[in-house]
Amino acid sequence: MKSAVKKFKGLSDKAIAWIFITPTLILLLAINIYPLIYAIRMSFTNFYANKIGREPKFVGLKNYKKILGKEEIWEKMQITAHFVCWTLILQALIGLGLALLLNKKFKGNELLTTLIVLPMMLSPAVVGVFWTYLYNPQVGLFNYVINFFYDFGVFDMIGSSTLAPWSIVIVDTWMWTPFTMLICLAGLRSIPNYMYEAAEVDRASKWQQFIHITLPSVLPFLLLALLFRGIENFKMFDLVVELTSGGPGSATELASINLKREAFEKWKTGYSSAFAVILFVTIFGFGNVYVKVMNKIKDR
Amino acid sequence: MDTSRSPLEPSGFSRKLAATIIIVYMVVTLIPISWIVATSFKSVDSAISYPPEVFFEPSLEGYVNLFTNRSRQSEEYLDSLPEAETWYEELVRSRDMVITGPSKFFGRYTNSMIIGFGATFFSVFLGALAAYAFSRFKVPLKDDLMFFILSTRMFPPIAVAVPIFIMYRKLGLGDTHLGMIILYTVVNLSLAVWLLKGFMDEIPKEYEEAAMIDGYSRLQAFFKVVLPQAMTGIAATAIFCMIFSWNEYAFAVLLTQFNAQTAPPFIPTIIGEGGLDWPAIGAGTTLFLIPVMIFTVVLRKHLLRGITFGAVRK
Repeated sequence: MKSAVKKFKGLSDKAIAWIFITPTLILLLAINIYPLIYAIRMSFTNFYANKIGREPKFVGLKNYKKILGKEEIWEKMQITAHFVCWTLILQALIGLGLALLLNKKFKGNELLTTLIVLPMMLSPAVVGVFWTYLYNPQVGLFNYVINFFYDFGVFDMIGSSTLAPWSIVIVDTWMWTPFTMLICLAGLRSIPNYMYEAAEVDRASKWQQFIHITLPSVLPFLLLALLFRGIENFKMFDLVVELTSGGPGSATELASINLKREAFEKWKTGYSSAFAVILFVTIFGFGNVYVKVMNKIKDR
Repeated sequence: MDTSRSPLEPSGFSRKLAATIIIVYMVVTLIPISWIVATSFKSVDSAISYPPEVFFEPSLEGYVNLFTNRSRQSEEYLDSLPEAETWYEELVRSRDMVITGPSKFFGRYTNSMIIGFGATFFSVFLGALAAYAFSRFKVPLKDDLMFFILSTRMFPPIAVAVPIFIMYRKLGLGDTHLGMIILYTVVNLSLAVWLLKGFMDEIPKEYEEAAMIDGYSRLQAFFKVVLPQAMTGIAATAIFCMIFSWNEYAFAVLLTQFNAQTAPPFIPTIIGEGGLDWPAIGAGTTLFLIPVMIFTVVLRKHLLRGITFGAVRK
């Protein structure tokens, strides 16, 4: 077969393969890899992008030392960790719960799924804007709904530094729970019926079936969903910038938002590049370890 | 025990209970979106009244404010003007203001369209070529290349934004449509390649081989046999790329200002007198969300595939 194909007219398969792949690779190298290398190079200098004409000086690891020794940066990392952990926990629980319910295959199932999925298709920045309206302590719907049946008092979700970190968790969970739900649902639908039939024959209780069949089968899917969400939320910028812009004070200043301030408001290009590299390495490191663990669980 | 049904079928009661919970969740989760759409049809006063008005007299003030710039005038000046010619002028005058010109919203919306369609076209076109090569040919280091393409998605946008900002400034691409189209094309490429490779893997090789035996060259077979076969997949991929470009905010806010700014960084800046003009923001949001909602309904069968880069196919 192979030799037969080669006799056909036109360019050889090998030539076509490279002609087809090269434009994609060149673009990725030019707009993704080159800037990354550029950023790594700048991270060893004291470059300021707004001071044109001033030669950047090589400063070695100074930027990295400065960042890792700064208490403020660890604070940002904690704020980011709080956001990532709580959104993942809530989205895992609610998403899996919804998927289990949807898997009962009632009428109108598909329509309901589509409607529930809507929030995650919206623009995060625009979602952030309209939630500031919903959260507004004077006129917002959020407080009205909470106080509808019982008077809990007014919650200034964005203005209070204790509530603000939760306000971003709530909005992100509202927006992205459908994501875990959809992926878990795919996992549930991939479980073949005969497994439950066999369990019924063995007189396993519903609870045992859930623990020994449903959960292990859906776990790899859930972990995949959390990987995607974890990476996205670690990089989180748009939603939170528009919702709280990092405030009040710096109560919701996630790593990405801090990075933006250093890079585009203070124009400390060298310093912020070093921070960007640290963030990137962290994501990559965590991602790699996570994938290894995930594959182990899958193989088990 | 009811023995007439299979033990695998959930009972009628548990099914009803599940449906009820799901419906309640659906209603609750859609309240924020419905609320912002409702707000777009309120008057400015009604939007800031408490308790929030669930039933209200609909008004197009938000939409008028969204598309116009206005200035407040004295009563004498308003009286000296000739009769208002259009309904929207009349509406603005009833608030003691006159229209001073169109707002920037239309331009920002058009920018979103131009950049979105441009980037979608290029990423799907280039993505389809690369996906075909990865799907059909022996490419050295294939898995590594595919992983490399995916890994470009892990960069925080802000991390590469500074170098791109400097690079674009040197090349004269800063704040231009072309610059943003190139950027969004690249960001979407990883998704396009991964999704389209999945779709092309599903098309039997025998189709092209049969065409080539009939005298087509490999290229002709690709364009005349494979591409039409992959049309559903291409359309789904295109919609995903479009939604991403449409929703993107970080690069838009950092790299554009006047000329090529899209709608997401603009909508939050709509300000009325004494604060944010909520009906106008609601109107902008509503007009901005409508295309995405339509796309979501169209895409519903491929959603899962799209959001997992083809990793989960159902």
